[in-house]
Amino acid sequence: MSEVKFSKEHEWVTIIDDVATIGITKHATELLGDIVFAELPEKGTSVTKDGTAGVVESTKAASDVYTPISGEVVDTNQSIVDDPSKINNDPEGDAWFFKLKVKDLNEINSLMSREEYEKFAKESTN
Amino acid sequence: MNKTALYNLHKKFNAKFVSFAGYEMPIQYKDGIIAEHNLTREKSGIFDVSHMGQLFILGNDKLTDKLQDIFPTDLKNLSINQSKYSFLMNENAGIHDDLIITKIFNGYMIILNAACKEKDFEIIKSKLGEDFKISLSKDLSLIAVQGPESKNLIEKIIPGVNKLKFMFGGDFKFNSNNIYVTRSGYTGEDGFEISINNNDVVKFVEKLISLGSNLIGLGARDTLRLEAGLCLYGNDIDENTSPLEANLKWAISKNRINSNFPGAKKIQKQINEGVTKLRVGIKPEGKIIARESTKIFDKNNNQIGKITSGSFGPSVKSPIAMGYVNNTYTKENTKIFLEIRGKKVSASVCKLPFYKKNYHKGDINVGS
Repeated sequence: MSEVKFSKEHEWVTIIDDVATIGITKHATELLGDIVFAELPEKGTSVTKDGTAGVVESTKAASDVYTPISGEVVDTNQSIVDDPSKINNDPEGDAWFFKLKVKDLNEINSLMSREEYEKFAKESTN
Repeated sequence: MNKTALYNLHKKFNAKFVSFAGYEMPIQYKDGIIAEHNLTREKSGIFDVSHMGQLFILGNDKLTDKLQDIFPTDLKNLSINQSKYSFLMNENAGIHDDLIITKIFNGYMIILNAACKEKDFEIIKSKLGEDFKISLSKDLSLIAVQGPESKNLIEKIIPGVNKLKFMFGGDFKFNSNNIYVTRSGYTGEDGFEISINNNDVVKFVEKLISLGSNLIGLGARDTLRLEAGLCLYGNDIDENTSPLEANLKWAISKNRINSNFPGAKKIQKQINEGVTKLRVGIKPEGKIIARESTKIFDKNNNQIGKITSGSFGPSVKSPIAMGYVNNTYTKENTKIFLEIRGKKVSASVCKLPFYKKNYHKGDINVGS
């Protein structure tokens, strides 16, 4: 498995072979508050890096979920649709959002390491 | 930005702040909106609502007559310490503000929405003329303590307060200073609202916390009031909606309908001819949330209304909303469609409240 990478839109991605698993960061869930709704892309659709690929809603507001990498959706995590509170409980583990067959592995180079992301998240909060 | 006297206490309890009506107010604390909502429903919650206006008008029977020309409420038959929900309306029966009027021994106390209080003060003052002393308090905080355990907690600090009935108040003491307590609220739960001096409020709230109550932010206040079917001024009612359209006819005293308060003619007309739009409860199908301004359609794709408040209801565990629909779509279970992110989502018209009230009406508890 590749090192986990992060986007400026607060998504994380890990890649095994050519399949990427994508979710939202713990920092994102802390900004959002209690998540009560999740909408995922449909299997078989193609998504483009930085394009919208889902929606989460907290008690406060709706937010788009973007994909940090391009590809074809090969799997989605129905359990977070059934119980959106899982996203708050384990955002960077069991509560992944969708899996992609990656189109261009080089896209991952523009993403941040954990250390870079944590610095970015801290600065964007202040 | 204004701060309430409890600002530092909110900060100490890790509040996240938002700007609301010119005040920096806590939207939530560290456990989040759903946890705070549930604490209020199951135990006891403390809300800082000191941003709201506390208006005092001093006078006797002559003042009552004068106020009846301003408000559609029967004030002559109000007992001392009794409260009524009322409206400040324009000539077209549009709502400038919704408010609570309480008769006190030397006049009236009126609780106003934060965003409206300065404007209300000017309107009421100009209508009253120079004969009565009117003031918008700057020295008083306002705290709501809501939820089933609140009565026992608060009784320990203010003995006798548990005898109050819903929509009645009284003078009490805290720290040997006068406070005024009413049995009222905005959550659908039994509870109290306490008007207390800014110098005493921190000690009072700290005492309540030490007894087991919990600070609750504006986020949970919104989900609680929405479940209880209560209107948020600026969302669900405003200068373009009348009390009848808002389905709040009950708040206009029957013996006042044919009198002369602002908007009376429009109210009479709407009673006789009906209204063209009405506020209703709305339940979206599934888990999707319909926020304010969501357009409502019929099955033929004609727009028939708009959502004015919508969120997730933590106690009913589903999305809930309210809004206005054309008068032919107001029946319970009417199927409607909500346009959310470009898609039409099924929903149905439903009864309000979503969550049944549990107010303390004397010796019996009404509701579940």
